[in-house]
Amino acid sequence: MYGKGLRPLSIASAAALGTALGLVFFYAPLDADQGFIQKIFYIHVPLAIVTLFGFIAGGLMAIKYLRSGDSSWDVRSYVAIHLSIVLAVGVLITGAIWAKASWGHWWVWDEPTLVSFLIIFLLYCCYQPLRFSIEDPERQARYAAVFAIIAGAFVPLNFVAVRLAQAFSHPRVLSTTGGNMPGSMRLTFLVSVLAIALLWTTLWKLELTSKNASMQLKRLRRKLELDVEETYSAAGAPAPPVGTVPASPRES
Amino acid sequence: MPDEPLLEAKGLERRYGERAALADVSFTLESGKTLGLFGPNGAGKSTLLRVLATLLRPHGGSVRVLGGALPGEAWKVRGRVGYIGHEPLLYRELSGRENLVFHARLFKVPEQRVDELLEAVGMQRRARDPVRELSRGMVQRLSTARALLHDPPLLLLDEPYSGLDPAARELLDPLIGRPSPRTRVLVSHDLDAGAAECDTALGLRAGRQLYLGKPDPAELKRLLFQ
Amino acid sequence: MTKTAWAILRKDLQIELRTKESVPAMALFSVTVFVLFHFGLQRNALAGDLASGVLWVTLILATVLAVNRLFVTEREQGGIDGLLLAPIDRTAVFIAKAGALFLYLVLLEIVAVPAFGILLLEPDLIKPLPTLILLLFLADIGLAAVGALVSALAVETRARDLIVPLLLLPLLVPVAIAGAEATEPLFSGNQAAHELGKWVGLLGLYDMVFLLVAIAVFDFLLED
Repeated sequence: MYGKGLRPLSIASAAALGTALGLVFFYAPLDADQGFIQKIFYIHVPLAIVTLFGFIAGGLMAIKYLRSGDSSWDVRSYVAIHLSIVLAVGVLITGAIWAKASWGHWWVWDEPTLVSFLIIFLLYCCYQPLRFSIEDPERQARYAAVFAIIAGAFVPLNFVAVRLAQAFSHPRVLSTTGGNMPGSMRLTFLVSVLAIALLWTTLWKLELTSKNASMQLKRLRRKLELDVEETYSAAGAPAPPVGTVPASPRES
Repeated sequence: MPDEPLLEAKGLERRYGERAALADVSFTLESGKTLGLFGPNGAGKSTLLRVLATLLRPHGGSVRVLGGALPGEAWKVRGRVGYIGHEPLLYRELSGRENLVFHARLFKVPEQRVDELLEAVGMQRRARDPVRELSRGMVQRLSTARALLHDPPLLLLDEPYSGLDPAARELLDPLIGRPSPRTRVLVSHDLDAGAAECDTALGLRAGRQLYLGKPDPAELKRLLFQ
Repeated sequence: MTKTAWAILRKDLQIELRTKESVPAMALFSVTVFVLFHFGLQRNALAGDLASGVLWVTLILATVLAVNRLFVTEREQGGIDGLLLAPIDRTAVFIAKAGALFLYLVLLEIVAVPAFGILLLEPDLIKPLPTLILLLFLADIGLAAVGALVSALAVETRARDLIVPLLLLPLLVPVAIAGAEATEPLFSGNQAAHELGKWVGLLGLYDMVFLLVAIAVFDFLLED
């Protein structure tokens, strides 16, 4: 069920990533100030955008879970957030590299996107500890969903707040050119966003499929255990553990 | 027009992750009768009681309590059920009286009921002492008063007499025991005493319903505890 | 529903009055933190952005203390079932808890703000006081709403004391931003507020968003 569409999606992602890389290296202009390293912008910003939307998507899926009670939405929400957290580390690292190359410091407070991203990252780092410290599985899913919704609502609000706090706007690539990137840059940028969005979706689907498969396996195993137990208890003999070759019940 | 039974469960299910805390539990209870829940530890007796009290949501099957289907119509049921569980549900820093007044406000019951019940459970004299200073028996008596404040037609009792001396038991019996006109679901660990108290017995083991019928201590013992 | 919320709030205040757990601890904590800042920053007096920052950070950290305790009394004394059994609208529980937290914060500020004025603040406190009170009022609403929400969220987790600050502090960053930025001009030079509208707007937006989210989502934290 989940695996459907995974192949075309992977192919599309690979194609888009390939195109994006090609554009980045061969098509996009070389930045006069920052040089070659500026090209990391094409990973960093799209990754940040996709990750933020991933968090919001996780919140929306959590809403669906609470309204429907269907735990498959909870799994989707969990995977979306979990994936975005992992990618968020990438955002922070690429951001630091870019900052160092462009402005000489590993971290700059003037870049509002990066700063608000750090805050959001710190918040979402609590997601998994919170989840796994609640033992009752149903309650765990419910509380995780509530968290996802609160944090999802927080993302835009935080962004606005940090933006307002920047007294002076450090020239960022998007605003250096006054918001009009030269056509070649814009095209490369958009393709990169598309490629990373596709990558995110592919990874998301992939993890969902894998989780689903292992859950089904667990379920079948449990069912098998119960069936074996019932057969043997009816015959009045102890059941062998699943996975061993059982002697016929009549023989024991 | 036939009366709807006060309590009706069909195929009730409650899960804890992959494990079934309750599986396929079915029974009915007529008004004025008592249902006894029996079984070893961990059988699901308290879980079943909490589902009936609307504290837990059923995961499968159907449950109707006092004409309200759970979980959708739980709000209809809430004001009409009296629950005495393992926790007394009282705030230790407040006095008995303050606790009862608080619950009276939540249940929208006039304050004189508080004094009526304090007298009925024999706690008038110590009503102004903080709960943390009271003995277990006194706390249990206050908890009983709390459960009866809103005069509920259905009582859900999880070993209500545990920790009580015979005098206290005698005091509470007319309120929550056989003589009271209320419909009751009673969890008891004592097979013989419990069997004497109820009209129908439900036997649970590992969440599964193994017995439903006349209270027969010997049969219950055989099915549930061997 | 207001009657129910009021009944629950009253009960919480009764318990707080008797145990005196939260408010004195918050007040003591704040003054201690001021002393720490004196040594940490090696200053006898603060003005402008430093003063503003110290005040707001201290208030936010004190909120964490109260949030830790807010639902714990319910859990420890088996009170939550008592609330769940009653025929009440469960949002009333949120309103009562947020209301209690709001009151604790107000009481805290009555002690902590003058203490700050005496211990660390260089410019005069009286002149900017009305504006400061407005800012604190708006901030307290947001702190109370988010605090009550996080408290309920964390109450069932094992490492509750750790999860609360980790969860709460990032969520309160916008309040810190708005509060500190708006207060900075009040604690410097001419003590006239400029750009106040921007920060009041942000606080108002924050309060509104989180009150709405909390009311929408709170039921799910209580039911089972």
